[in-house]
Amino acid sequence: MIRPIAILVGLGFSIVVLLAFVTGAYTWATEETQPTAEHEFHIAPHAPEGGFAHDGPLGTWDVAQLQRGYQVYKEVCAACHSLKYVAFRDLAGLGYDEGQIKAEAASYQVPGIDPNTGEATFRPGLPTDYFPSPYPNAVAAAAANNNAIPPDLSLMTKARHHGPEYVYSLLTGYDAIPAELTQEFPDFETPTGLYFNQYFPNLNLAMAPPLTTDGQVTYAEGNPQPTIRQMSADVAAFLTWTAEPKMVERRQTGWPVLGFLIFATILAFFAKKQVWSSATPGRKDD
Amino acid sequence: MSFPWAKEYTPANPVMKFLDEKLPLPRLVYNAVGAGYPVPRNLNYMWNFGVLAGFFLVLQIVTGVVLAMHYAADATVAFAKVEHIMRDVNWGWLMRYSHANGASFFFVVIYLHIFRGFYYSSYKAPREMVWLLGVVIFLLMMATAFMGYVLPWGQMSFWGAKVITGLFGAIPVVGEPLQVWLLGGFAPDDAALNRFFSLHFLLPFVIAGVVILHIWALHIPGSSNPTGVEVKSESDTVPFHPYYTAKDGFGLGVVLVLFAVMLFFLPNYLGHPDNYIEANPLSTPAHIVPEWYFWPFYAILRAFTMDFILPAKLWGVLAMFAAILIWFFLPWLDRSPVRSGHYRPLFRKFFWFGLIPVMAVLFYCGGAPAEEPYVMLSQLATAYYFLHFLVILPLVSSFEKPEPLPYSITEAVLGSDKKAVLGENTTPAT
Ligand code: HEC
Ligand code: HEM
Repeated sequence: MIRPIAILVGLGFSIVVLLAFVTGAYTWATEETQPTAEHEFHIAPHAPEGGFAHDGPLGTWDVAQLQRGYQVYKEVCAACHSLKYVAFRDLAGLGYDEGQIKAEAASYQVPGIDPNTGEATFRPGLPTDYFPSPYPNAVAAAAANNNAIPPDLSLMTKARHHGPEYVYSLLTGYDAIPAELTQEFPDFETPTGLYFNQYFPNLNLAMAPPLTTDGQVTYAEGNPQPTIRQMSADVAAFLTWTAEPKMVERRQTGWPVLGFLIFATILAFFAKKQVWSSATPGRKDD
Repeated sequence: MSFPWAKEYTPANPVMKFLDEKLPLPRLVYNAVGAGYPVPRNLNYMWNFGVLAGFFLVLQIVTGVVLAMHYAADATVAFAKVEHIMRDVNWGWLMRYSHANGASFFFVVIYLHIFRGFYYSSYKAPREMVWLLGVVIFLLMMATAFMGYVLPWGQMSFWGAKVITGLFGAIPVVGEPLQVWLLGGFAPDDAALNRFFSLHFLLPFVIAGVVILHIWALHIPGSSNPTGVEVKSESDTVPFHPYYTAKDGFGLGVVLVLFAVMLFFLPNYLGHPDNYIEANPLSTPAHIVPEWYFWPFYAILRAFTMDFILPAKLWGVLAMFAAILIWFFLPWLDRSPVRSGHYRPLFRKFFWFGLIPVMAVLFYCGGAPAEEPYVMLSQLATAYYFLHFLVILPLVSSFEKPEPLPYSITEAVLGSDKKAVLGENTTPAT
């Protein structure tokens, strides 16, 4: 009894789904899908020349680069973007000592309470504070940015495919609209208040090019020239660190664990052979 | 029960003797996974995955309990709490990545375990109950993993929860009230997050209970084997310990090496970047995709794009649930007296050239955007999926001439069995 019912149910589901297939295939074959500018002119992100020091299973932080990236964040991006999962104490990971961290923290104003009146006010930051948001709330952030809220950057490089490369490409990718695009899509335009960038999924984003001139940030003696590319790579590296400060520690933990496991597995293999050989004389395989 | 030649437990020292008399726990373990459990001597590596699944269940419970110590199921802080685990809790990143990747490995292992069952028809008598309990475990795992993925409260957590609970809305009449009741509101929020956390904490222990029943039911007939011929005599078996403890130990080593590679070097490879963006009910992600282990069923859900008597969405929901529920009926659908696919030429063709590629297509299309040609591919694959289990499997044995079976496991392994009687060689195992 169960088999005839099963066959009916099976035929039922497959016939319905095949009917859907036939209609779908018909539409697909007869209707042309309109190509879109986003689809044709979007560019996949690419790494800065030479890649990042933290790339690959053996990669480590380039501390000098992280410090430069932090400087770019502080002097440029912090005007619009928060970094809310990073505390000043975390800067120890960039090689700063206690005194420097205290000074760094104190250079930011964080929300506080006036000890005399109890009114909301601002006070200099402490190492235990987190990086403050440049805007009092989301409405203010949207109002100041053509209705787009600048996202928090702490996790940015993990929140996009190929995050570090994407940040680098986005910052260096503000170019003029290519002639082929205008030719193929005469209706395409970048609305006022938005900026054309082929690395952004829909090609127009609300962030004005933040890095526009070489030397916009002054690097300390002994560092590379602060070209737009260099600053972009540096801040992308810094944002890789903010997204996962434990990344290098994680890999460095991984190697000995992996070594131990491979060794133990080899031992387990011979143990298994030993156990089986003793008890199955004349066994054909294994 | 066990075979008459199973070794009996003899306590080695007074403490164990005392314990064995008052509470025969050592005896229980000895007979379950020790020398007291005789196992066919010819098991291949496909028989490793049960023990491996047990390992990953324990790993999920241990890492999960630690995560729960630092987590809070409150929509305003859940996302930040997970970041707190990643950044500030000692070894928190290890716990969290182990838990997230552990869930994936758990599913890899379970899928291999289930497909072992399909190929060797492990579901057939006398192991029907083992199979049924296995399907229950799989359903519980899916529920657990779905709710676990909501906990970090990222964009995919939120929108995945919204889409999946929205499926209940497709049920006529009671659908919408049911959806609101499940979520405790009109969209996922604190109420949903709290109950998901509560159930996500509870269900793994329910799974552990069903696993015990699963193994209990298995130990009544004993393990099957790649020939599908039942154990006939002592020379067909070896004691579980040390033979299969040694073999499982090696298998565990191999899987742990792969696990360590993912965990330490590619911990986010199987995840979705959008889940590092905090949940935002006002911003819908471009593509909402569940975790990879749900992709085949998600592909089946989305394959039904046409209203036909019932609305398309309802067809999709019914088909998605049916795709798993039909596994419950396999023991009675497949009536070939031969178990192992090894001796079933026609069944084997449908398995390797039908089911396996179709599952691969469903996996792929479930993770792809709902565009052509992926939708058409999933439609063809879905049609085959149902035909395979509900039409081909019940009928194939009528057209198939099984290949000759060995007389016994001993004969299969050694080439001959002294006990083999002439003429009995081709008797199918039943
Ligand atoms: C004038 C304000 C402003 C400054 C300065 C600024 N940004 Fe932005 N940023 C925005 C706004 C607004 C958006 C949202 C864009 C949108 O969604 O269209 C944004 C978005 C982004 C995004 C996300 C793009 C995406 O895929 O959604 C990244 C990455 C980013 N900014 C990086 C930076 C970095 C790095 C700096 C410093 C070098 C910086 N921004 C400086 C306003 C700013
Ligand atoms: C059957 C076993 C289990 C499975 C398949 C499972 C699966 C998952 C998954 C997929 C996630 C999301 C991970 C992420 O993307 O971050 C998760 C998160 C979580 N799970 Fe589990 N889990 C299991 C057992 C447990 C147990 C036993 C507990 C606690 C007692 C637990 C506690 C948690 C907590 C607190 C989170 C949120 C933290 C985080 O996202 O990292 N889990 N689980």
